[in-house]
Amino acid sequence: MVKRINFADIIIHFVIFLMMLICIIPILNTIAISLSNKTSAMLGEVYFIPIGFNLSGYQEILDDSRFFNAFGVSVLRVILGAGLSTVVSVLMAYPMSKSKLRFRKRKLYLWLLVFTMLFNGGLVPNFLLVKNLGLLDTIWALVLPCSVSVFNTLVIMNFFRGIPDSLEESAMIDGATPLRILWQIYIPLAKASIATILLFSAVYHWNSFFDGKIYINSADKIPLQTYIQSLSFNISVTAMQNLDPETLQKKLEMSNLTFSAAKAIVSMIPIVMIYPFLQRYFIVGMTMGAVKE
Amino acid sequence: MQNKLQQRYYHLMMMPGVVLLIIFNIIPMFGLILAFQKFVPAKGVFGSSFVGLYNFKLLFMYSAAKQAILNTLIIASAKIVLGVIVPVSFAVLLNEVKSVFFKRTVQTIIYLPNFLSWVILAIMFNNIFSYNGIANKFIALFNAEPQLFMVSNRYFRQILIGTDVWKTFGYGAIIYLAAITTIDPNMYEAAAIDGAGRWRRIFHIVLPSIAPIVVLMTLLSLGNILNAGFDQVYNMYSTLVYETGDIIDTYVYRMGLEKLQYSFGTAVGLFKSVVSFILLASAYKLAQHFTDYSFF
Repeated sequence: MVKRINFADIIIHFVIFLMMLICIIPILNTIAISLSNKTSAMLGEVYFIPIGFNLSGYQEILDDSRFFNAFGVSVLRVILGAGLSTVVSVLMAYPMSKSKLRFRKRKLYLWLLVFTMLFNGGLVPNFLLVKNLGLLDTIWALVLPCSVSVFNTLVIMNFFRGIPDSLEESAMIDGATPLRILWQIYIPLAKASIATILLFSAVYHWNSFFDGKIYINSADKIPLQTYIQSLSFNISVTAMQNLDPETLQKKLEMSNLTFSAAKAIVSMIPIVMIYPFLQRYFIVGMTMGAVKE
Repeated sequence: MQNKLQQRYYHLMMMPGVVLLIIFNIIPMFGLILAFQKFVPAKGVFGSSFVGLYNFKLLFMYSAAKQAILNTLIIASAKIVLGVIVPVSFAVLLNEVKSVFFKRTVQTIIYLPNFLSWVILAIMFNNIFSYNGIANKFIALFNAEPQLFMVSNRYFRQILIGTDVWKTFGYGAIIYLAAITTIDPNMYEAAAIDGAGRWRRIFHIVLPSIAPIVVLMTLLSLGNILNAGFDQVYNMYSTLVYETGDIIDTYVYRMGLEKLQYSFGTAVGLFKSVVSFILLASAYKLAQHFTDYSFF
């Protein structure tokens, strides 16, 4: 068969390519700015190729001990937060995946879970609670309040439901306790979906900035995103209104574009590192049970 | 006997999660009493006097609060509508691509922004939309005047909506693409034999096949009608664009925690929670009704 070049195909490829470019442009631009010299960055001469290539933005990060400290706090928070959240979710998902006959109080628990998923006290009461519990300014204020993800629990629960009962029954006849059944049968079978929720909650913890802002006061306990946010907030944008270009230029030169771009890039590194796994597991998770072989 | 032991195990496994939920989700709900009080921290919840619905009346009296509600509705509904249209169209187009390499590359790239935080994205977009940024360089090609996009009430909402779609459409597109790949190839063959072209195939096979999941995702996103995206707005707005960009969540934050009007902040939050709850609950019911979808 002769392959004809179809006009519609060209248009489709072009549109997709354009969208892909739009997705990557802000990231490429930020990388280029982070590697450029300061003046070119200020003057807006940098597009996608660094101008006056230098690493001074990254050099400044190396000299910034607070950046490293905040990076460490974030890593600790991801380990504690994502770990706790996954353990709690998996533990709850197992009994919840049983039928009403097998787990008699299931309905009661389900109500509790769904209610807390749909309704919450809101910002002020949550803040007062954390304050009254004496958790302010500790890492636990970042880990505990969001430690139970009902959504993740339900995702794992739905996966557990697809595992044949006969596997569990034979183990039960051999005298295995529910904890052992979960550990030796369910968890190995659900590895992919557990990995998915683990990675997603790690990303969530890495990216959160707001709880660090309201719950943490000491400089040495601030997580990375909060730290970056506190420095870059409103990079003199507010001051730009109604200024002539020259004054504007001066204002802009006082801010440090290359440094903040470099910070953005460095804080992206962990995400980019786990990105292949995120993508693989996400697609596996999405197509599970849907793909016909 | 065996069964009793088993039940005990089940309760034990529920325990850690339930305890955490009660402490961090249920107990704050009692704090909602604040919304009906004139709360004075020194007197505590029990010492403060009750004022009935006074705080809620304020909500509809302050023009800034009304503006925030209006902005939230406009921004959130635009995000919901575009958040369906863009990913669905993109997934349909991407499905037409034959080259596996191209397809995979596109998927890898469009999905990445979804995992970046708004703190970082705000830095990026502040650069792009700044006076000397790429956006102004681009419009200069068409002889347009440079704009201060981030502080302009004319453009700020569009920027919020556009950048949100930019961040999330890849995620949606991948979900819809996964749904499209499950379509039985026999249907395409049958259509081809009947002489259906590309557009017929898209409109009569692809779109109807993914309709259930599209309806489901749309219904579930209705619960977000009062969530215009705190993280995004907080990192991108400034006092100059409160008029178009201030949303309920940012307003609650400024009132409740910055100006320490605990009662008023709680009342606005409660108003939002109740409306969202009603919408979400009805959305789940509708989803169950139309798509036989039951999450629980």
